[in-house]
Amino acid sequence: MNKTINQKAWWLILPVLVLVAFNAFIPLMTVVNYSFQETFGNNQFFWEGTTWFEQVLNSDRFHAAFLRQMLFTAMIIVIEVPLGIAVALTMPKKGPWVSVCLVLMALPLLIPWNVVGAMWNIFALPDIGLLGYTLNSMGIDYNFTQQPVSAWITTVVMDVWHWTSLVVLLCYAGLSSIPDAYYQAASIDGASKWAVFRYIQLPKMNRVLTIAVLLRFMDSFMIYTEPFVLTGGGPGNTTTFLSIDLVKMALGQFDLGPAAAMSLIYFLVVLLICWTFYTIMTRDEVN
Amino acid sequence: MGLSWMAWTWPTAAFFITVVLSITAMGIWEKYRPGGDPRRGILGLDTTRGDRLFISWLGTGFIGLGWLGFFGSPLWGALILAIIFWFFVFKWV
Repeated sequence: MNKTINQKAWWLILPVLVLVAFNAFIPLMTVVNYSFQETFGNNQFFWEGTTWFEQVLNSDRFHAAFLRQMLFTAMIIVIEVPLGIAVALTMPKKGPWVSVCLVLMALPLLIPWNVVGAMWNIFALPDIGLLGYTLNSMGIDYNFTQQPVSAWITTVVMDVWHWTSLVVLLCYAGLSSIPDAYYQAASIDGASKWAVFRYIQLPKMNRVLTIAVLLRFMDSFMIYTEPFVLTGGGPGNTTTFLSIDLVKMALGQFDLGPAAAMSLIYFLVVLLICWTFYTIMTRDEVN
Repeated sequence: MGLSWMAWTWPTAAFFITVVLSITAMGIWEKYRPGGDPRRGILGLDTTRGDRLFISWLGTGFIGLGWLGFFGSPLWGALILAIIFWFFVFKWV
């Protein structure tokens, strides 16, 4: 075994390192620095120690936004992942309809976040929006600008409309990679549809589902634009998720120190949950 | 362009230097004991030395936050807990 040992290829990752340094490491370092200081602008900073962390960790406002965020993300994953799998299973495997379905599925993903928010805002308005007007005409009291429950339902449905396609496309890719031989073997054994799903399709989709859950978790946990455009965080604070609260604190109030501390707590929570998901979902593969 | 906008302070710089040193130390460790020392620890997780470093740093972050949330500053208690946690992770996880 004469293996050539040449480490020069490491230089090829230099551009990526520079890019990541400028869009991740340096901003993150700055946020860490801000989180221990107070500033009134003009690049003047005053050391505050751990005050902001203590303040954020003990603030009811942060606890409430955090709980809302967790609830929203849990609802999103619980709805979008099974729905995405179900839609992917019903999509055609061969023929001209494949392209039609794929394009239709990809459409919501191509629409920018703020446009989705604006579309749903107009669509759901109780007096002129198609959805809002129809629901009210049917006798259902619906007004997302005034009722917290309506606002929550609209936000969740909007996210499901926008992002379920991503889960569908990932699952479809996973399903397409299963060789026909598996299905033939299953039909010879007389396996039921459920057995085929449980023992062939689901295990084969494991990897793409890991990616789908992680992506949906991260995106929904950091969601900002869509609910901001749709509800503006209201009515009251009922749809003020973590990132909306963070922006209010950082830009609205110019409290850079507490906002930096909150971002770091937010970052650590995202990191912990992603790591936990990843560890649990890749465990079986390792075994 | 100066770096004043980054608002560097000695304590935060020391923190980042410690992070970089810990990663460098892992590199040196790997150089002398290659392979990453993979094992299945008491939590049933398959980890290498790099994973254990990540778990230790992440845990340290939460120990610090937990301490600040429940007891406030100073963080000496959190530091002692974090050292015990690092020892636990590198020995058994």
